[in-house]
Amino acid sequence: MIRYVYGDQLAKFPHLARTMFEDRADQFRTRLGWDVSVDAEGQERDDYDDLNPLYVIWETASGVHGGSMRFLPTTGRTMVNDHFVNLTHGVPFQSPLIWECTRFCLSRNTEAGTAAALMLAGGEIMQGFGIRHFVGVFDARMVRIYTRIGAAPEVLGSQGEGRQAISVGLWEFSEAAQKQVSRVAGVPLAASRSWFDAAFGTDVPQPFISAA
Amino acid sequence: MGFLEKVLQLDDVIGQLECAEHLEELQSVIEWLRDHYAVDDMVYHWVSSNGTQYGCGTYDPAWVQRYLEKGYLRIDPVVLGCYQRFHPVDWKRLDWSGKAARAFLNDAVAHGVGNQGYSIPIRGPNGQFALFTVSHSCDDAEWESFTEIHRRDLILLAHYFNQTALKLEPGRTPEPTQPLSPREVETMTLLAVGYSRAQVAETLSISEHTLRVYIESARFKLGAMNTTHAVARAIARGQIVV
Repeated sequence: MIRYVYGDQLAKFPHLARTMFEDRADQFRTRLGWDVSVDAEGQERDDYDDLNPLYVIWETASGVHGGSMRFLPTTGRTMVNDHFVNLTHGVPFQSPLIWECTRFCLSRNTEAGTAAALMLAGGEIMQGFGIRHFVGVFDARMVRIYTRIGAAPEVLGSQGEGRQAISVGLWEFSEAAQKQVSRVAGVPLAASRSWFDAAFGTDVPQPFISAA
Repeated sequence: MGFLEKVLQLDDVIGQLECAEHLEELQSVIEWLRDHYAVDDMVYHWVSSNGTQYGCGTYDPAWVQRYLEKGYLRIDPVVLGCYQRFHPVDWKRLDWSGKAARAFLNDAVAHGVGNQGYSIPIRGPNGQFALFTVSHSCDDAEWESFTEIHRRDLILLAHYFNQTALKLEPGRTPEPTQPLSPREVETMTLLAVGYSRAQVAETLSISEHTLRVYIESARFKLGAMNTTHAVARAIARGQIVV
């Protein structure tokens, strides 16, 4: 299932959080060879993890991290504006309606459909919170995966070679893409919505004054 | 109103908000906006890390007084549900199940606060936190349609209020106006001279999708509610020359 967890809520999911930061170390340092910080416990964290971001995490059937991504609004500090404006034609994106998505990570052992389930969750965020665009920083090889699951980003630019290649891209919401991604993920739209509601609350019919 | 007197438009009022030099001006802007959106109440509420509060809005002053006296800041599910967050919240989705929360709710309703609400948390610099809220009395269907239509406007307004409030904070040096990057200047200039979006995208050799993101970002930097307004602001600020 998908969990939506702010940084200050990770302590409620210790196992999930630990395996997420371990899988990030495995993906970004071990497999991609990026110059990232990995602590003595084998967990990868960067400065943006200190900004209380919103993590979207696929929890596998056995209760561990299967994949994740991290969101921050572009009204504050973001990786793309701090480090990659050379890939956005020099435009720092800034708006409460544009969120940044970084550290897209898939565990080696996760279920098929994990990447699609995460993209489906991205669509829930756009619909649920009125967000118009995501700007993503991802390893360039992800473009193939995004395209295969029906959620291809508009790639603005890439830098680096081979495993080290990094791309910046844009997503916006489309009803058709959301349905396609739902099929590839093997997750019905209703299930996806119920996970979103589990994290952010369900509409309780008004007037709730009768609760008195 | 005099025959030739200009009827204020949303864009004019947002301009007043940006130029405001006193809190009283924020108050008159929020009252105008409350009427413009035809809701019962609209409130901007800044909570600093030491617990001091500050803001403007249209709630009954008796309710504001009561809120402060009772220390409702520590109970209010809206504040608790929005603190440290950056997603907008419909009040229906908050947790009102606790005894203290229910008592608070009853008190709020008794003081005329509507049964529907939509709150937008704002994370400012250095841990600054503020909330922008609209509330109203109506049924669920009417409220859903209102928030669906206006939520993005409200999110932008929330941030524009906060930017002005930060500017008015005593002892604070105002942050310089966010400059547009050369690419954004080109985009706004082409729109200003009447190019369609498709023509602008073609001229800049970018997709219309990318162009939409440029415009969205420029709109926020210019403190505007829509593209037309953004173009006018860019000209007025001298950021583009047509």
